[in-house]
This record gives sequence, structure tokens and C-alpha cells, in this order.
Amino acid sequence: MSRLKDLFAVKSSKVLNVYCTAGFPELNSTVTVMQALETNGANIIELGMPYSDPLADGPVIQASGNIALANGMSITVLFEQLKDLRKTVSVPVILMGYMNPVLQYGFENFCSDAAAVGVDGLILPDLPEFEFETSYGEIIKKYGLDFIFLVTPETSEERLRKLDALSTGFLYAVSSSATTGSDKDFNAVEKYLLRLQEMKLENPVLVGFGIKDKATFESASKYTNGAIIGTAFIQALENTNDITGTVKRFLSGIIS
Amino acid sequence: MMKTETYQHPDLQGYYGDFGGAYIPEMLHRNVAELKSKYVEIMQEDSFQKEFQQLLKDYVGRPTPLFLAERLSKEFGGSIYLKREDLCHTGAHKINNTIGQILLAIRLGKKRIIAVTGAGQRGVATATVCALKGLECIVYMGEKDIERQAPNVARMRMLGAKVVPALSGSKTLKDATNEAIRDWINNPNDTHYIIGSVVGPHPYPDMVARFQSVISEEIRWQLKEKTGSELPTHVVACVGGGSNAAGAFYHFLDELSVQLVAVEAAGHGVHSGLSAATTQLGKPGILHGSKSLLMQTEDGQVIEPHSISAGLDYPGVGPLHANLFTSGRGTFLSATDEEALQAALHVSKTEGIIPALETAHAFAVLGSLNLQPTDVVVLCLSGRGDKDLATYIRELNLVD
Repeated sequence: MSRLKDLFAVKSSKVLNVYCTAGFPELNSTVTVMQALETNGANIIELGMPYSDPLADGPVIQASGNIALANGMSITVLFEQLKDLRKTVSVPVILMGYMNPVLQYGFENFCSDAAAVGVDGLILPDLPEFEFETSYGEIIKKYGLDFIFLVTPETSEERLRKLDALSTGFLYAVSSSATTGSDKDFNAVEKYLLRLQEMKLENPVLVGFGIKDKATFESASKYTNGAIIGTAFIQALENTNDITGTVKRFLSGIIS
Repeated sequence: MMKTETYQHPDLQGYYGDFGGAYIPEMLHRNVAELKSKYVEIMQEDSFQKEFQQLLKDYVGRPTPLFLAERLSKEFGGSIYLKREDLCHTGAHKINNTIGQILLAIRLGKKRIIAVTGAGQRGVATATVCALKGLECIVYMGEKDIERQAPNVARMRMLGAKVVPALSGSKTLKDATNEAIRDWINNPNDTHYIIGSVVGPHPYPDMVARFQSVISEEIRWQLKEKTGSELPTHVVACVGGGSNAAGAFYHFLDELSVQLVAVEAAGHGVHSGLSAATTQLGKPGILHGSKSLLMQTEDGQVIEPHSISAGLDYPGVGPLHANLFTSGRGTFLSATDEEALQAALHVSKTEGIIPALETAHAFAVLGSLNLQPTDVVVLCLSGRGDKDLATYIRELNLVD
């Protein structure tokens, strides 16, 4: 049984995945944020585990990770916080992070503890497919976790097929060009998403860049199964005194 | 999967024993895959070799001399030869690699070069070759480093490079690296990232080691001319990321009679909390795209290293060196800030050569090698000390 599979079986369009950083804005706000996300309509929660050197993240998410680390967040602390997660949160939860902290925790321990608290899948952007196929993929499967690969506009068709075959849960479409917004860029994005749609991939596709409001969420969802909001949500959480209210306002602006 | 047949080359996936690989996000895949599929082929092309060798000779000033340091030899025993990389154009070995990578970048059709620099040496070596070849050059540098290294910033600007301050995090080298990688992610088609050391995802460690291997290639024939034998008993080099050591060790890696001595920066002392002695303090981990030894907390967060020398101030070490350390093929020693400063002063007064602070760490361990009269030591004098004059003036009280 997979919560992601179940979700996509009943909802194949406009799936909203929201990224939040564990331990941000406050050390103990992790579950509060997750509960508010579920209450206000998020379909999937992608929970970022902060790392000192996050290669694949932009400056806003990196800064939130630095705050979380300064707050005292670690994988050990996180699993303690998530101990009773499934008593209050029922949507699929994916952990996103980097290999080094996971290796120090112990890769198999990490998978085992993640599965035990009810985590559904992993995104580890710096785990390449060679290492996934030769050593880590089996461990991830053993604990029943989904693994989501990233794809970009530069990913060749052959490679896309391969990453699609290795992924379970969904495929995470990111852009190499972080600067979206202008008309020309939007056309390029649309073309890319259309190409993904026409490939009829095995996994659902969620778009993970440039989504900041209702309009961008809906246009990304036009060709795919939904989208992931990260940076804009982290920005909304910066300097807030009212986490629940902020989450509610933010999500009502996306899926009202 | 320990490899015993060679310490020189990684396997096809970029592993030296257990270290190396390419732990990169998909956004970098195309760039790195393109490099991986083409670097060996391009480097072996006749036209590439011809141009590379010509530039090493006429522009860099190679071969660099192998100098018998008689007074140091008398003091420490044995024969101590200095490989004079400090006499290269721009004052250090770094240019061997940047020349190689710019020629490679041109053959890959790249128009734009990005680089990262801490103290500015790598930035200057990159800006130099970009000026030589007329390519756009963007150097990322921590905002704090820009303030601290004004002369090198001026050099880069004079050479036509754009120096971009990294404003995030601690505003130093690590953050500059993050911003350069973001630049590369955002410019996947026309940009080549010149990594200055034997670190980063495969194929960078192997590619940079090959470009720097000219150092040991020359040592072999120069030593033969001087002593009748191509093989010394010891090769000594300082190690931060490890590019000059990789170059000086390269053609001796599989000559098991040659003792390879790598000297790391111990900062205020290996266990002082202010150190860059990666092999002593590090555990296996992943940073900047490869698996190696890494200074990190128990939770796997990277620790900011400390060394008085900016070139050794790195929390990791190249995977080639991590393999030399764990396999026992290499001997890893360390020198503190103070020991390096005193060694720099001593070498200056004894041989009339002011070494870079990085290189001074290598000199600092000569006394601990217990050399025999028959020993032949080659020490890689990786750079000259002009750039460190402000530090020498401050720390050695050279001004009245």
C-alpha cells in the first residue's frame, strides 16, 4: 500500500505538494506547519531536512535550512518530532534532503525510521541513479518507501524513460533555468511540460519550479498532475507570528 | 571494492577505492555527463596536446626547475630537491590546470567560464587563461573574502573578469561555491565551471590530476638527469583539496618504493576546533559532488575549517587522497599555522625563496621525516609567497 499511489488513483489533476523545511521557522513548528498544510488543502507534504550545503536549492530555501540548523534541527530530532505524525496527518509525506546527513545517520537506519513514523517517500537530489541501482535502491524498497527522481528540460528522452522506470510515486520536473516568468520563458516551460505529457510516462508528474500563486499553479497543472510550491511558501513563513493563519492565507491564495 | 592495481586512475564511475563518484543533482547531469564522455578523448587529441604543451612551455614557463636545496639538505639530511612551481606564470601550479580546462572548454563549445575563489589565487589563474583565450570569466567570491583580498580582486578585474560577491551564509568560499553551482545549473549550455582542485564530481578529480601530472612527469626526468634515478625516496606536498600533491605524486603513485607525504593544515592544532586536517578529523561523507573524507558534525553537517592559508582551508580532500590515506599508500602529516609561519621564515632565510603559506606547511614537516643521508626528497614548492606578504608582515612582526 502506498499513500502516493492511493492519492493519484483518486486525484490525477491539480495535486498540490507543498515544501516546508523541518525546524523552520521554529524548531518545534514542524508538525504544526504540516497539520496546517493538510487542514488547508495540501495533497502532499514535502518535508526538507536542512543541510549546510544544499546544492540543488535556491537561496531562500537554503536560508530557511540555516535557520533550522541554528534552531537545532537534525534527523534524530526530526524523527522524534514525527513520532506521532500519523495521529494527526494523513496526507502523503515525503522527506527531501541530501545524502551526507543521511549517510551519517546510517542509510538503512534512516529508511527504517522514516518508514516507522509513516513517511511515504524520499527525494535525495544528490543520490545519482548509478548508486541508486547498485546500492541504495534495494534498501529504500525494503522499507516500502517511494523514491522520486528529478528530471529537467535537459534530461534526454532516453534518460527520462530510465528515471521514470526507477521512480515510484511521481516524477519531479524541475527547471534548469530558475528564472521563469517572462513570456519567452513561459513558452519554453509550456513546451517542456507538453513534451512530458506527450511521453505518457508511467509516473504522475509534478512541476517543481516557479509556482507562486493560483495562476502559475493552474498553468503548470494544465499539462501535468500538479505542482510543488517551495520558495514562495517558505517566504510566507519568514517572520510570521501566526503559523496556522499564514498557512491558511497562503493556501487559500492558491486553491481557493 | 578496494582497487589494488593502480592508485592513479579512478574506475569508470569515478571511484578511487571507496571514494569519488558523481553525487550530483539532475540539474547538473548534462554538463557533467558531457564532460565525462569527452574529457579523455579531447585530452588525447594531437591538436589538444600540441596546444597544451606549447602554452605550458611558452606561457606558463615550463618545465619548472628542480632545484637542489643544499643548505636545507645539510640541515635535515638527505638530498632535498624543490620542484619550483612557484616560478610558473601567476606564481603557482594552479595555472597548469586552468590552461588545460580552458582548452577543453573551448573544444566543448563553451563561451562562458565560471570559477570560485577563496583567497583569489584560483580566481586569478582562471581570469588569466580567460583573458588569454578571450572568454567571458565570472568569479564567485565570498563578500568577506572580497574585502580581505583586495589586491587579488583588483588583479582579476584588471584581467577582465567579473567578480561576483556571494552574499549568502557565511559569505566565504563555501557560499561562493554554492552560488557558482547555481550559476552552472542556470546556464547548462554555454558555461564551463573550472574547478581548481582535485575535488568535485567525477570526472573533475581525474581531469585536474591529469592536467597537474606534468609536475611529476618533469620530476622523473629531471631527477634522472641529476641523480641517475627517476625515483626519489620521498615526495612531499601540502594538501588542501590536493591538486599540487596530486600532480607531484601522480607518476609515483604506483611506484611503491616512493613514500608519498601529504601535509595538511592543522590550524591552531589538529584537535583545537580550528583546523583543516581533513584526514585526521574527517569521516567518509559527500560534499560538492563526491564521496571523500569530510570534516563534519555527528549529524552530517559540514564544519567550517580553519587555516591561516586560504588554499588549505577546505573541509574535504580529493578522493584520490582519501584513498591514499585509507589504503595506507600515503603518509599524512600536518603542520599548524605557527609551524608553517616559522617554516616560511626559515626557508626564506636559508634558500632565498619566500614560499606561499600553503607550501610552508610542506616545509614544516621536513624535520619529522628523520631523513637518512641516502634519501632523496622532492618537495613540491607549489607557490610563491608574495600573495601572503600581508600575513607574514602581521604574524612575523616584520615591520618596526
